[in-house]
Amino acid sequence: MSHAEDHEGTRRDFLYYVAGGAGVVATGAAVWPLINQMNPSADVQALSSIRVDVSGVEPGTQLTVKWLGKPVFIRHRTGAEIQEAQEQDAEGVDALPDPLARNFNLSADAPATDANRVMPSPEGEAAGAWIVQMGVCTHLGCVPLGDAGDFGGWFCPCHGSHYDLAGRIRKGPAPENLPVPPAEWTDASTIKLG
Amino acid sequence: MFKKLAIGAAFALALAPASTFAAGGGEQHIEDFDFSFEGPFGTYDQNQLQRGLQIYTEVCAACHGLKYVPLRTLSDPDGVGMPEDQVRAYAAGNFEVFDPELDDFRPAIPTDHFPANTAAGAPDLSLMAKARAGFHGPYGLGINQLVKGMGGAEYIASLLHGYTGHEKEEAGAVLYENTAFPGGWISMAPPLFDEQVEFADGHENTVEAMAQDVAAFLMWTAEPKMMGRKNAGFVGVIFLSVLSVLLYLVNKRLWAPHKGKIRKD
Amino acid sequence: MSGIPHDHYEPKTNGEKWLNSRLPIVGLLYDTLMIPTPKNLNWWWIWGIVLAFCLALQIVTGIVLVMHYTPHVDLAFASIEHIMRNVNGGYMLRYLHMNGASLFFVAVYIHIFRGLFYGSYKAPREITWIIGMLIYLCMMGTAFMGYVLPWGQMSFWGATVITGLFGAIPFIGDAIQTWLLGGPAVDNATLNRFFSLHYLLPFVIAALVIVHIWAFHTTGNNNPTGVEVRRGSKAEAEKDTLPFWPYFVIKDLFALAVILVVFWAVVGFMPNYLGHPDNYIEANPLVTPAHIVPEWYFLPFYAILRAFTGEVWVVQFASFITGGIVDAKFFGVLAMFGAILAMALAPWLDTSTVRSGKYRPMFKWWFYLLVIDFFALMWLGAMPAEEPYATFSLIASAYWFAYFFVILPILGVIEKPEAQPETIEEDFNAHYGKADADATPAE
Repeated sequence: MSHAEDHEGTRRDFLYYVAGGAGVVATGAAVWPLINQMNPSADVQALSSIRVDVSGVEPGTQLTVKWLGKPVFIRHRTGAEIQEAQEQDAEGVDALPDPLARNFNLSADAPATDANRVMPSPEGEAAGAWIVQMGVCTHLGCVPLGDAGDFGGWFCPCHGSHYDLAGRIRKGPAPENLPVPPAEWTDASTIKLG
Repeated sequence: MFKKLAIGAAFALALAPASTFAAGGGEQHIEDFDFSFEGPFGTYDQNQLQRGLQIYTEVCAACHGLKYVPLRTLSDPDGVGMPEDQVRAYAAGNFEVFDPELDDFRPAIPTDHFPANTAAGAPDLSLMAKARAGFHGPYGLGINQLVKGMGGAEYIASLLHGYTGHEKEEAGAVLYENTAFPGGWISMAPPLFDEQVEFADGHENTVEAMAQDVAAFLMWTAEPKMMGRKNAGFVGVIFLSVLSVLLYLVNKRLWAPHKGKIRKD
Repeated sequence: MSGIPHDHYEPKTNGEKWLNSRLPIVGLLYDTLMIPTPKNLNWWWIWGIVLAFCLALQIVTGIVLVMHYTPHVDLAFASIEHIMRNVNGGYMLRYLHMNGASLFFVAVYIHIFRGLFYGSYKAPREITWIIGMLIYLCMMGTAFMGYVLPWGQMSFWGATVITGLFGAIPFIGDAIQTWLLGGPAVDNATLNRFFSLHYLLPFVIAALVIVHIWAFHTTGNNNPTGVEVRRGSKAEAEKDTLPFWPYFVIKDLFALAVILVVFWAVVGFMPNYLGHPDNYIEANPLVTPAHIVPEWYFLPFYAILRAFTGEVWVVQFASFITGGIVDAKFFGVLAMFGAILAMALAPWLDTSTVRSGKYRPMFKWWFYLLVIDFFALMWLGAMPAEEPYATFSLIASAYWFAYFFVILPILGVIEKPEAQPETIEEDFNAHYGKADADATPAE
């Protein structure tokens, strides 16, 4: 085989590789939108963050809102409840079935103290006045009842899990504290979830 | 009874397409405005869309809804481009929507759509710029649409400043003469007046200028993804052209040993 | 496979032999892909691949669109807007599907007319041709029902008018129409069944395509000369043919890429050009659009449908001899389906012994006139039903039928065909010159 022919052969192979590569890129570019269309659409994504007006939530009451298709409990605690919660706290986190805060807004290893569970209070309110948590029992996903159970917090009627005033599991089959979702104040009376 | 009929007739007229064959009568006059979003490289003019939104809010929204347009899309960078907090304030400040969970009306939030508005039997404007065509023919050949575009926005703008000032009463309804409307008589009273809307930046607010601004805004409500689409079109055309050239070369090389060096014919 | 002699797949390793003795699928794919193909195929032969691509494109984009679409009269229109505004890339998927239908029909019409010119319908390829016509009918059904799904004004009124055609059938027409619609008028029941069938039919088409390919792989491809591949021996056949892979795959893919440049430009820059503005208005059973026009690809046959009014003597005659059973409306419907049937019957109507139109001096001109006639009908279908368009439509429709039922049979008798090449090799070399020495395959 002469030298010229050899050169010709390399050039031919190179052309084939480039064309094949372009074909692969074209296929990939065609496949990606077909996969991506199944991801949450813009209207669903827009609902991943909602604002809740809590100006009407009096101390001692609870607002349940739907966020990401699940209930979220927003509880405005009274002075007495705050005090009781802090008393429950005094036993120390190691006594709890789940010693972790399960608060999305804090680090994953934050201990389950009352202070780590509640929202920072807006100006002019006592610390620990607001607690926001997912209304989904960590056992099998039922919605716990408010103002119920042996610890004055929540009680899941499905399998008898008792949560205290800070939403920590105390008794029953549930393994973890009620999770605290990403939440922040956008103004003195509005909580942004997500 | 008569009023119902008249409203029905007016509704039918309003729905009639801007077709040259529609309902005989006056010659339609559609002006070929020079919009920024025309042609393969055209983009929306964000300032114009914002002025259009203001005109829609202050004037059109009294009778017309935009029920397919989510308020949150006002913050899309390829459209009106309003900052999110302004969108929230705009939604709450201008619209009330019925919330079935509350069983009551509440101020709108960005995830709501612009409300529908059927108060005066006025058509929804969400898709108006795609539901009308300004250009046709000649002789049904579609060449004008190819050269000038479909002309939905041109139709809207022409209509908004196509009033001659004449009016007539027919079957209990007042009709207004309009050079852009098929048939020549429209039931919508002239909506725009010079200097009706004050723009923060002091932009020109003649009827003609405002008609174009609101037409551009309605083009965006009808085709909010236009810029993304053109971008995809551009990338695709270039890539496929390159692929064509590569395949041409591969094909030529592949066949070369089977074809003589000189083509005879 | 009978047909042209060529190399077949030989399993070599034990694994290959194991599979082949249980399921000879590799052999099937090999034989299909390496099928000897006449090497003189010209650029009119690329549309088959374009059609295969269109079918795949429509099925794939269709399946993903269904994930977001809601077939209910209250929600269908809004769900399309949801796709256009909210779904990731939804606007591209929808515009691709919408314009994909147009590309599909562009390709199928060119493919059909190629067959008509080069005599691809003639023996022994009648079955290929008939299956092709069935595919075309299924495509029309699929496209029609798909157009109803966005539930715009043109969807609704198009469905009303087209299903009304079935109402023209004497005696049982009304019952059939009601059965098709699931009620007295186009409504939710109609939308749901059209949705179901629109999803089903493409898979029927896919099955028919397999049969179509099977049939012409059995007979071998036609080619521009209409001269058959020599089949005496493998060596002889190899002088006339080259394997489909890679020669024709690459050639077809190149053509496809060029076509896609144009297609992509349409989708990206003018996606609504071929649509109708009225379909951006939600369906309203109380208001009819001023001018109902079908999609462009139905226009030629729509023109034939409208051409035969009560004033035409053929219609009056038909009405007279059937005692009024065939009225003008029914005649129009018969004419429209007859126009397609005429194409399907071409293998038996064409009496010429010569296959390719290239060597038929008179046929050529009548064929070109048929192409012009087709475009004329397409244009007339979009024009209002008034003079002078009505008369033009009648003349154009008459020519369509005359071509198949009069001209094709007579030409075969009176025409003196020109000399044809003896072999495909001869034709190929006449075009491209003889390859130097013994051609070494590229691979």
